[in-house]
Amino acid sequence: MKINSPLEAYKYLPGTNCAICGEQTCMAFASHLIDRSKKLSECTPMLEDKFRKKLDQLQGLLAPEIRQVEIGVGEKVVKIGGDDVLYRHKLTFFNQTALAYDVWDTMDEKDLVERVNKIQDFKKFYVGNFLTVDMVAVRSTSNDPKKFASAVKKVVETTDMPLVLCSFNPEVLKAGLEVAKDRNPLLYAANKDNWQQVAALALEYDVPVTLFAPNDLDLLKSLAKTFAEMGIEKLVLDPGTFPSGKQLKETFSNFIKIRRAGIDGDREIAYPLMAVPLTAWMVHDDPVSASYWETVVASVFTIKYGDIMILHSIEPYAMLPELHIRDTIYTDPRKPVTVDPGMYKIGSPTKDSPVFVTTNFALTYYTVESDISSNKIDCFLWAIDTDGIGVEAAVAGGQLTAAKIKKGIEDSGFNMKDDTSHNTIILPGLSARLQGDVEDETGSRVLIGPADSGRIPGWLEKNWPPKNK
Amino acid sequence: MTQKMKLTQLTEMLQELNIESLEGVTIEGDIELNITGGGGLNPALAYALGSEISQISLHMANIGRMLGFPAEQLFASAFGMNGIPGPQAPSLGTTSRMQELLTSKFEVAKMSNWNNPIQEVTLGATSADGGSRKSTVTIGGENALPYYFDAAMPHRNYVTMDVFDMPIGMAKAVKSNYDDVINDPAEWAKKVVRDFNADMVTIHLISTDPLIKDTSARDAAKVVEDVLQAVDVPIVIGGSGNPEKDPEVLEKAAEVAAGERVLLASASLNLDYERIARAAVEHGHVVLSWTQLEINAQKELNRKLMKQCKVPRDSIVMDPTTAALGYGLDYAYTNMERIRLAGLMGDDELTFPMSSGTTNAWGARESWMVASPLKQDSDWGPREYRGPIWEIVTGLALSLAGNDMFMMMHPTSVQVLKEITQTLYGSIEAEELDISNWIGAEV
Repeated sequence: MKINSPLEAYKYLPGTNCAICGEQTCMAFASHLIDRSKKLSECTPMLEDKFRKKLDQLQGLLAPEIRQVEIGVGEKVVKIGGDDVLYRHKLTFFNQTALAYDVWDTMDEKDLVERVNKIQDFKKFYVGNFLTVDMVAVRSTSNDPKKFASAVKKVVETTDMPLVLCSFNPEVLKAGLEVAKDRNPLLYAANKDNWQQVAALALEYDVPVTLFAPNDLDLLKSLAKTFAEMGIEKLVLDPGTFPSGKQLKETFSNFIKIRRAGIDGDREIAYPLMAVPLTAWMVHDDPVSASYWETVVASVFTIKYGDIMILHSIEPYAMLPELHIRDTIYTDPRKPVTVDPGMYKIGSPTKDSPVFVTTNFALTYYTVESDISSNKIDCFLWAIDTDGIGVEAAVAGGQLTAAKIKKGIEDSGFNMKDDTSHNTIILPGLSARLQGDVEDETGSRVLIGPADSGRIPGWLEKNWPPKNK
Repeated sequence: MTQKMKLTQLTEMLQELNIESLEGVTIEGDIELNITGGGGLNPALAYALGSEISQISLHMANIGRMLGFPAEQLFASAFGMNGIPGPQAPSLGTTSRMQELLTSKFEVAKMSNWNNPIQEVTLGATSADGGSRKSTVTIGGENALPYYFDAAMPHRNYVTMDVFDMPIGMAKAVKSNYDDVINDPAEWAKKVVRDFNADMVTIHLISTDPLIKDTSARDAAKVVEDVLQAVDVPIVIGGSGNPEKDPEVLEKAAEVAAGERVLLASASLNLDYERIARAAVEHGHVVLSWTQLEINAQKELNRKLMKQCKVPRDSIVMDPTTAALGYGLDYAYTNMERIRLAGLMGDDELTFPMSSGTTNAWGARESWMVASPLKQDSDWGPREYRGPIWEIVTGLALSLAGNDMFMMMHPTSVQVLKEITQTLYGSIEAEELDISNWIGAEV
């Protein structure tokens, strides 16, 4: 983005405060354009002919420094790139790193289908949603166009996830493209030897293409400049991912250098970056060591500017942290993830149902809520306002106190004595030290629940309904 | 597009296109031509007129193109040429088959506003400095973000491993490594240094918590002495986290560890930090300035330690709080990164090295729970492998944000975290690998 103040964007807007975009003023809309929470197209008056020039100018000014590239089609289309800053607190990072897991064309057909299904079915609940992975990368290990085409065909039949077609042989790539051309796959890759043929394929099939120049940034930039000159701007840059030693340190430097140059305005190199943590498997024989190191390399390049990566291990112990570190880095750090404080009814609670307390940190809340509701437990659940801090830290930091719990319950108009038959509050295990205080403050009986809400069902079996003292 | 054009401008354009005259042509309104000829055209006149009109239309098409009108398409449809590919865009026509790569040189500037080095802090003291440690650890001194090419990083990251003064609840994968030493902090300390390559040892005096065992400060100090005897690396002394008891416990511990330059963990805003700071200054120790994920609170506490308590700048390490991967690491990461960037750019209240309680990663259910409590989740796989990587990725993320020292628990996590941070630091040699044909690799 060439501009960073709402005032600069405001100059181009109609200035009529018509509120069609949903904002009261054009200035408010301008500030949302700058933080990218609104799109220019939401200002429909700008689409009128008389604003055409200003619209074009503003669009140019608002375009992200790093180009955005789309891979795939339909609902599962993956967008990568589109960033404007080097540090996420300045704006947030957009378009989270796309994770592609590999299959190869010498695989047995049944194994291939099974692996693709594992990749596309992998999911983990987190903060109200499921974390999933994005893509399948098909590697040609046979270097045989026919074999590759048939592997790609099998993948296309099995999943609608976007694809990366991997070979340095243009004949092989062409065979894959013929099968997958309607799916807008990412071509991998053009290098110093094959670039003319691969460029021809990218033009002919109008698909995004990766440029590969291991540890040679001059060559990488030359390739990018040449492709751009040919009219191919849907580019992804792979400076090579070396998995160990000083070479890995150099890879780290390369990623930072390319992204810094791009954000600083060097258009010739301002494209999304690809990392290939899979190379960890070329140095580790033992699958656990290889998976660990692959996850470690993936984490480094999720944090430092990798926009898409190709991975091999589909062990959950590798995939879970990969998904979580990506979510961590691409969560907007400017907004605390919270839910509204207050009372939530889970299922259909009655006067005899348990009363649970948790915090309004979204992760805590959704974890507890899903653990309870998936086990079909009817209850009342209070999200106490802890400024979006989780239980353990909130107890230590004083954001979760007996007074806060009392206030939280009372503010929702709930009366422990009248609205329950048991006058009992269940505190999270990690806030056990508040037990006495909460009893004094609320006059209710207080039970200490398990430290992890995943154990609530078992805990309830033993402790609910509460025995009269 | 309804851009208005004055007649004089049009005339100028026509002149540039070598049209000498537009006889018998009037121009009205938008682009609309009225050809006025006489009635009853004779064939010769009609031919001449037709020729002129077609020439004019060509010129007008040129004008149209200059204004961005797709004249070719119009002609194509007018002459029934739909479906025939039009000429390619000029840039493609001439360059779609390039013979040579265009040369380009990659250049990028170093950061110009990282002018303020991070404070160097040394932990531990050898006999030369009045202590009994065999080696010391120095952290800080950075002039750039970690491992960046802008400036060499003067010191690598260090790991201090946790030891507790009583058995505590631990994830099974962690506990299995300490079953034999769990009742003996000194043996525990020896084990982490000897077997697990710990650079330092943290002794957590948790039994002093009035809600746990309420051990006296004097008894706790005895444990500190034992640990100092058992190992010769620098040590960190942690309280129980009880704000009433910790000042007393840490004071006593500081006293028995006089001269050893330990790290006292921690001073925080919710306890009598002044007492802890005074004990550190008096006995030559370093203070861990601990705040909770809040950059302004961190500044406030550091300021109070420096100005009010007169702690020297080389005796402060910050702990801005570690949240586990998936449990708030998004804040922890950015909080640390912001602190480090502010320090590098000259905020004197934030130019201190940082420490992370990476062990917090074991609080995440993904690191210790046998299986997901949610039926909809995919299988989580064996937890023995899941746990350590949770601690590794939590620490690794913070190392990239600027963290210098890690408090950790699992031997595998320590080993892998040290390997990756030292690789990025540049001190790990490995055989060079050719990845130019990685696609075909048999993995």
